[in-house]
Amino acid sequence: MSPSRGDRWLAGALGLAAALAGGAIVLILAFLVIEAWPALRQVGLSRFLGDSGWLPAAGPDGNFNLVPMLAGTVAVTAGAMLLAVPAGVISAIFCRYYAPLGVSHIYRRLIEVLAGIPSVVYGFWGLVVLVPWITRFRPPGQSLLAGALILALMVLPTVALLAESALRSLPRSYFEGAAALGLGRFTTVRSLALPAAAPGIGAGCVLATARALGETMAVLMVCGNVVQVPTSFFDPIRTLTANIALEMAYATQFHRSALFVSGLALMGLVGLLISAVERLSPKPAYE
Amino acid sequence: MLNPGPSPRKKLTSPLPGPESAGVFSARAGTGPGGWKRLLWRGALALLIGGCLLTTACGKPADADSGPGLSGKLVLTGSSTIAPLAAEMGRRFEEVHPRVRIDVQTGGSSRGIADARSGTADIGMASRALKDGEGDLLAFPIAGDGVALIVHADNPVVSLTDEEVVAIYTGRIETWKGVGGLERPITVVHKADGRATQEVFLDYFDLQPSQVQPDVVIGDNQQGIKTVQGNPDAIAYVSIGTADFERRRGTPIKLLAAGEIAATTENVARGLFPIARPLNLVTRDQPTGLAAAFLDFARSDAVDDLIEAQLFVPIER
Amino acid sequence: MNRSSVKADRTATFLCWIVAFAVTGTFFWILWDLLGHGFKGISWSFLTTQPRDAGRSGGISSVLVSTSLILGVCLGVAIPTGVGTAAFLSEWIPRKSRVGRWIRRSLDLLAAVPSIVFGLFGAVFFGEVLGFGFSILSGGLTLALMVLPILIRATEAGFRSASEELRLGGAALGLRRATILRHLLLPAASHGIVVGLVLGVGRALAETAALIFTSGYVTRMPSSLLDSGRSISVHIYDLAMNVPGGEANAYATAVVLILLLILINSLASWATQTWLGGRSLP
Repeated sequence: MSPSRGDRWLAGALGLAAALAGGAIVLILAFLVIEAWPALRQVGLSRFLGDSGWLPAAGPDGNFNLVPMLAGTVAVTAGAMLLAVPAGVISAIFCRYYAPLGVSHIYRRLIEVLAGIPSVVYGFWGLVVLVPWITRFRPPGQSLLAGALILALMVLPTVALLAESALRSLPRSYFEGAAALGLGRFTTVRSLALPAAAPGIGAGCVLATARALGETMAVLMVCGNVVQVPTSFFDPIRTLTANIALEMAYATQFHRSALFVSGLALMGLVGLLISAVERLSPKPAYE
Repeated sequence: MLNPGPSPRKKLTSPLPGPESAGVFSARAGTGPGGWKRLLWRGALALLIGGCLLTTACGKPADADSGPGLSGKLVLTGSSTIAPLAAEMGRRFEEVHPRVRIDVQTGGSSRGIADARSGTADIGMASRALKDGEGDLLAFPIAGDGVALIVHADNPVVSLTDEEVVAIYTGRIETWKGVGGLERPITVVHKADGRATQEVFLDYFDLQPSQVQPDVVIGDNQQGIKTVQGNPDAIAYVSIGTADFERRRGTPIKLLAAGEIAATTENVARGLFPIARPLNLVTRDQPTGLAAAFLDFARSDAVDDLIEAQLFVPIER
Repeated sequence: MNRSSVKADRTATFLCWIVAFAVTGTFFWILWDLLGHGFKGISWSFLTTQPRDAGRSGGISSVLVSTSLILGVCLGVAIPTGVGTAAFLSEWIPRKSRVGRWIRRSLDLLAAVPSIVFGLFGAVFFGEVLGFGFSILSGGLTLALMVLPILIRATEAGFRSASEELRLGGAALGLRRATILRHLLLPAASHGIVVGLVLGVGRALAETAALIFTSGYVTRMPSSLLDSGRSISVHIYDLAMNVPGGEANAYATAVVLILLLILINSLASWATQTWLGGRSLP
């Protein structure tokens, strides 16, 4: 049966939507490259990786080392994901398999609300509550640790809701088999549900990591923003995103261009992450 | 141990997912097979109408001409420090001239400069003096702002000499004991590179950006106040008006004097306080019409109360 | 079942409850902080008057109107594009096709673009190139780009969860693909769509940096989509960080935002349920 005319129209419309969605990043990358070009051309990539510090306001003769910011971004994101992935996946399992129906419903709603709290509120809370608390143990308080904790809280809903969605989509028959075999709940979850939902959970984690890498305001408020490679959890750090947000407001021509290189560096980092996931995952992540 | 007894006594069936699929078969058939086409048509129609509306709306030139009685739209962009003040001035101006619209946008001083230069904005806002390369622009100061050092209220230190401040910010003095306080490490709070208050601060103390050894780098004033409030060993520098306001409403911070001169808005107004900056409105050309009227208004006595309400200092005219 | 597995089962149950309690506890800690400072500021007049004195006094009516318009533009663009893309990825092209792989990669990359870059991009692309200036339209379109990755990923997962029998059954009945999509697959995917919507709306309402540069800072009541209008998170940000003495109203606005979220999330699941006929919640 040949496809009807309506079907062909529909396919065209959907293809167009997909092209738009996929093409958006091309526009944004082009924008970043155009804005970053003056700095890249005059300073060169090597100085962004090998200069002695970050003092871009001095123009082309300044220092442009992005490595501490790259390290800070990676460290704070890794710390956040280390907390958020287990907590999020366990939250999803709780919701799906352990909580009574009413509790599960309320818990889900709560996580949904958590997803919509503005980063400035998280940041403000972190600055007023969390940071003074850390300061008591190790000043200055604004630190890698504070950033990772706040960031974990912020991306937890993404992990939890997408993981729950993945678990929910498993066919009922899986569990009927498990019940028939008399498997316990934990065994069912560990050896049946989690492996079967792994691709979905993995995709959620990649998305959440990307989100954490790109987060700006909250991180800016609690991380301390000192340009240095962190040596402990209590060291203040500056992320690539905070670097842009902190300095963009007063950056003149050349400085501004250098800040867009931070943006490009962040995109590079995400690109690396994506290809690493593709390489490392046992099943193709982008099937 | 192969007894498959009832282990956890709670519902054994609960690992089962809810009957998701039930909903699939309850899909309403009422819309009929023509539903999609209709939907597509409607969508296309809506897009078309929307597009028409947009193009007609955009086609109109954004005129800021002044007719008899002022009318038109004025766009200000730039410094987030000035934006609340400019927005309040705009609102009052609109009350006097009902056919005028003043749109205030933020984005930072550099954006204000760039937009004024390119003509994207009628007026730019910059919370700093114009720099060497910006001689092509005209600056109209509307208010002043001082920069004060603040510490936690529990800190016994009440004043610092300029040398002590320099020693603290360059890392030569690392504990409060070095300046007559407690034996505790100092948390040095510094503003991000390029910020107007940072430039004023560095300029006054004759420091290079590379010399400062900060423990925390911040953006906005409020972030500095919150940091000092939560850390008894921190020192920061922020806008005087903001700090004084917060101190008066009970936030545990205190302002340090600059040498002999107390950090108060009065001293900034009298021109006595040495660490200060102007808040500027910036234009590319000599302003005419609406822009000129607004600039005159923004520099008149009619807005003094607004300047004070936003915790800045009216300047001598 | 042996004893160790019973033990493991108990431990797992315990762990699940602990994590749930920890997350709930932290949430209520934040909520308590917000409510304690902000609840007394909320009144009918707070919702129905416009901000005065840079937002320190007055209410947030114009901010609420601008926020809903921005959200409307955002969802009006993002939902058709997002659901369409998800359907395309999961139903129209082979799962392992090169095109699909590239689209998914680019979406993950899009998800990581920092919001301030979105803001600067939106200001240039929608504001200057397309000529929308500082407007609700620019802001809504920029937001639409931001929420697309999460919306598409969640919806696609929903389509994937539809069983193969549905597609085969539909095809066997000689139904057109459009009909299969509308009446069989969309309802089956409704849960994924709700998750995507909830996360997307959350992100949109929470957004600050992208909107400061696009929909702007103006607190006047908007009269068209081409007017600039301040969204709720921008208002919270400005009051908390930029306006001394704005804290009380910042907290009150944050409480309104949370109430709004609960309302919209309930609405989203209810609407998807009735409109698509799927079962969205347990």
